Formats: sequence, structure tokens, C-alpha cells
Amino acid sequence: MTRKLATSLATLVLPNPVVVAAGCGGTGRELRPYADLTALGAFTTATLTPDPRPGHRPPRLAESPSGLITSLGLPNGGVDGFLLRDLPWLTDRGIRTIVSIAGPDAAGYAEVARRLDGIPGIAALELNLTSDHERIVSAVRDVSGLPLLAKLMPDGVVAAAHAAVRGGADGVTLVNGLPAMAIDPGTLRPVPTGPGALSGPAIHPIAVNAVYEVHAALPDLPIVGTGGVATGWDALELVLAGASAVGVGTALIHDPGAADRITAELAAALDTCHLPSLSAAIGRAHHDRPPDPRAHVREMETTG
Amino acid sequence: MIAEPAGIRGEVLSVKRAGAYHHLTIRTPGIDPATRAGHFVAIAIGGPDPVRLARRSFWVFAVETGGLYGGTVEIVVEIRGAGTAWLAGLRTGHKVDLLGPLGKPFALPREPVSCLLVGDAYGSAPLFQLARGLIGRGCRVHMLLGAADEAHLLGALAAKRTAGSLGIATADGSAGVAGPVEVLLPDAFRQYGIEVAYACGPHPTLQAVAEAAAAYGAYSQCALEPRMGCGTGLCLSCVVELEERGRSRTVRGCVDGPVMAGDTVCWEYA
Repeated sequence: MTRKLATSLATLVLPNPVVVAAGCGGTGRELRPYADLTALGAFTTATLTPDPRPGHRPPRLAESPSGLITSLGLPNGGVDGFLLRDLPWLTDRGIRTIVSIAGPDAAGYAEVARRLDGIPGIAALELNLTSDHERIVSAVRDVSGLPLLAKLMPDGVVAAAHAAVRGGADGVTLVNGLPAMAIDPGTLRPVPTGPGALSGPAIHPIAVNAVYEVHAALPDLPIVGTGGVATGWDALELVLAGASAVGVGTALIHDPGAADRITAELAAALDTCHLPSLSAAIGRAHHDRPPDPRAHVREMETTG
Repeated sequence: MIAEPAGIRGEVLSVKRAGAYHHLTIRTPGIDPATRAGHFVAIAIGGPDPVRLARRSFWVFAVETGGLYGGTVEIVVEIRGAGTAWLAGLRTGHKVDLLGPLGKPFALPREPVSCLLVGDAYGSAPLFQLARGLIGRGCRVHMLLGAADEAHLLGALAAKRTAGSLGIATADGSAGVAGPVEVLLPDAFRQYGIEVAYACGPHPTLQAVAEAAAAYGAYSQCALEPRMGCGTGLCLSCVVELEERGRSRTVRGCVDGPVMAGDTVCWEYA
């Protein structure tokens, strides 16, 4: 199974395309009773900022149909806290680690990247971006030799991907959560109280579309597809649209054992669709004809 | 002993109405024998293709390990929304996706001291298992239970049988003293020479117990009920602010609690 699922992201070789999405796997330790992180493609950390951040006040979470609306405010222990407490735990277990980073501005991103440069055990950096893509990626590129993944919002995603590539990104992660809000029936006020982001199966088709559009525009750009992946078929959809790896995030909030299950289901879904390997599936949705005229019918059956 | 959480495919054995609550007994094969009062379980809502993604967390009301079913957990459900209504509507034989035991439970004193257990409404749920544990250690157990009305009083009969003394308060006066359970605190601390106070319920109750304990030189442990999304430490939504030795820090209610030392919690935060 390992060889069938093997994939790569720029210079990064992964035995399994399923990665833990940023901010959804805690420090890694929380998943230990339920998942084998070493067997997964990679573990993406919560977003690190130069200094520790407590994050927003609660309520930070609301539920919506097939989605979660969260407003955490990037709580994290800062770069030093991460290097002291969390990275050693991950590297001791051979867990491939993608570090998500952000800063108040381009210099802040670059500061985090500079302090992480040359530290063993970091496989790549993922830049949690909302705007100013080219300038921020370029500032990080100047100080880091690590593979850089630009995590983008779905809005204007093709232009943002072009900008990230101009800045020096090696790949993109699609997509970040969408702006969202619910109203609390008790307080009659917005919940969460801070600016919310929608994740979960509700945004999955948006992620598939973003991956498809970016792959069509930039066919050689490695893509980590992420957004509402809850089953192996969801993961395969992103791959068929053009992703080389797939992030699992909100599914872990619901079920901390989801990543292992999705990996097994993804391998089975490749068989169902008569695809010999993951690499044969990447971008397959852009081809004219399905590999087997009956395969389409079977897919619909497997997805209900 | 630290309990190991696990994902458990449970099965509903029984659902019983008691006042405003539903008591669910769930078969939980393999649940860790180290499950204690103050541990909780997080249950997925809506079956294998869920629309509601946040788990609902419930205090362990009672736990049996081994035995005929290979382990059972009893929880108390109050219908507060669609998720809890779904759970209360389950019937014998229905499957339940459950994680547990989760969180850090109540700590029991080494010495046989005088203890006060204060519960408000659904928050009384973990106190009965706690009372049995304390009595097993030779502690004297006094209980105070409060609720909006008699239907929301949880376990008054069990408390009468278990505790050395029982005080009851309801907001509408339908049982016991009229008012919040907090009005019973000063007398209880004075009368019974309380050394450790345990509390579970909404923040105002917990804060009152923590402050009364501090005023009477007692130690307090408060089981918090912040809004949780996962129960496993991943979603970072159930944060609580603590202040110790003049320094404040934000912790997660689910994995760093839910039981906290009452004198460390910043009650204004949540």
C-alpha cells in the first residue's frame, strides 16, 4: 500500500499523501492515542507567530450544517516554545513536520522562518496567508532554504497562486477556511465573537474547485488539497482535481482517528476507480475520458 | 494512575427518564478501569455521516469496568439543542461513537477529611461517583444540590442515601431553600469544618464555592463546563484562563481540566 500511495511535494517525498492540516492536530501528542502520525504523510503544526499568543476569548466555536466556525486568533507558544516543547516530541518519533507560520507583516513571517532555518526535523514551511502573497513569500524565501507552501484563501485563488509562485513558493495549500458567522440563540450576538472561519465538509466542493482551477492554470505546481475531507473519496476528489497530497483537519476534531481511516479508504477508492497508484490519479479530472466508462457509475455508488 | 482515552464503539443499553434528564447507560467495552469522577466522555452526534461535527461532552455519572458487558458508562443528558435531543432519542441497541475517559478527574485527599460537594443541576452528575470514592477513603461527605426547580435537581435521593448531610436549594423554591445553591455555602463551611470543597456546575456556582473555600481556609476543586468542540485538546475552543503566582495563562478545559483548583481560575474570563 505504501508504494501505491507514495507522492511528492516539490523536493519532499511522502509515503502517504494524507497530512494533518494546520491547527487541527494539536501538538501531535493529543492524537497519539488514536492515530499513527509516523505513518501519515506529514503533520502540520498550529500556526506559529514570532511571539506567543493567547488567542481570542471564548466562545471560539460554533457549529453549522456539516461545518465548524472557529475563531481562535492563532493561539500558540511562539517559536521558542515550539522548539523547546513540541518539535523534539515530533522529531523523536520520525514524524515529518510541516511548520505553519504567520506574522503581523512580511517581516514577522520572515522572522519566524529565519529562527526555524537549519533546525533538523522540519520538512517544510506552510505560510498561512490572507493577503500580500508575493511580498510575504519572497521575504520568507530570502531567509529560508526549506520548501515553502503558500496556504491560500479560496477567493481569487488563481491570482493568489500566481503571486505566491512569483514570490518563490514551491507549492500551495488549498484552501484556508472561509469567512463565516453564526448568531447565538441565547445571547442573540455573533458567535464566535472574533472573525470566524468555516471548515469541514461544507467547504469541500469549494476546495475541489480551487484545486482544479489552480492545477489548470499552473499544472506543475505541487498542491496540498485541504478542505472538508472526511472520507477516502473526498481525498481522492482533491487528488483527481490536481492535488499531490491531502490535508485532513476538521475531520480530526470530529474523530481523532480519522486520518488513518481516510488513508485506508483512499487506497480502496483508487482500486474502485481502477487507478493503479496515487500518482496516476493526480489531476486525472482534467483528462477528457475516464479510464473505464463504467468507473463513473461506481464512484457515484461509493459516494451514495 | 493516568487513564488512557480510547475511541470506543459503544452501544446503548438503556435510556431512562429522571426529572428533566435522560440517563443513558452505554456499553463501552475496554473502557479504562482508571476512569474516575471528573472524567468525561465525548460523543459523536448523528451516526456515521454526521452533519453536526462538534462532539457533545458528558460527565461520567457512573462507570463499571469488566463485568457482563466488558464495561459500561452511565451519562446524564439534558436536552439543550439538536445534538442532545438526538442522544436522548436513542434506544437500546443503537450504536454510539464515544471517546473516553477524557480530562483530568477530581483529586482525592490522602487523609480522611471533611468534604463538601456542591452541584448545580446537570453539574451534579460527577459528584455521586466522587462521593463514593471519598467515603471509601474514610472522608466525611456533605452535599449541596441546586437547580432552577425540582425537576432539574439531579440525584437528590441518591445524595440523601450517600452523604452525611444534604442541603437543597431551588431558584423557584419548589424544593429546599428558595435561591441559588450558593446561599447554603457559609453555613455548610462553618457547621462541618470543611477542608476540601468540590464543585461542578455553571461558573457563578463554581466561583462562589472557590471564594467561600478561600474565605474558610479550605481547598477547592472546580469541575468546569466550558463550551467544548472535540474533548481531545485539538479544537482549542474550551479555553480557560488561570492565574498562578501573579502570572496568567490560557489552558484548555478538556485536557488541562476540566477539574481545576478553584483559586487559580480567572472567573471573569469565560
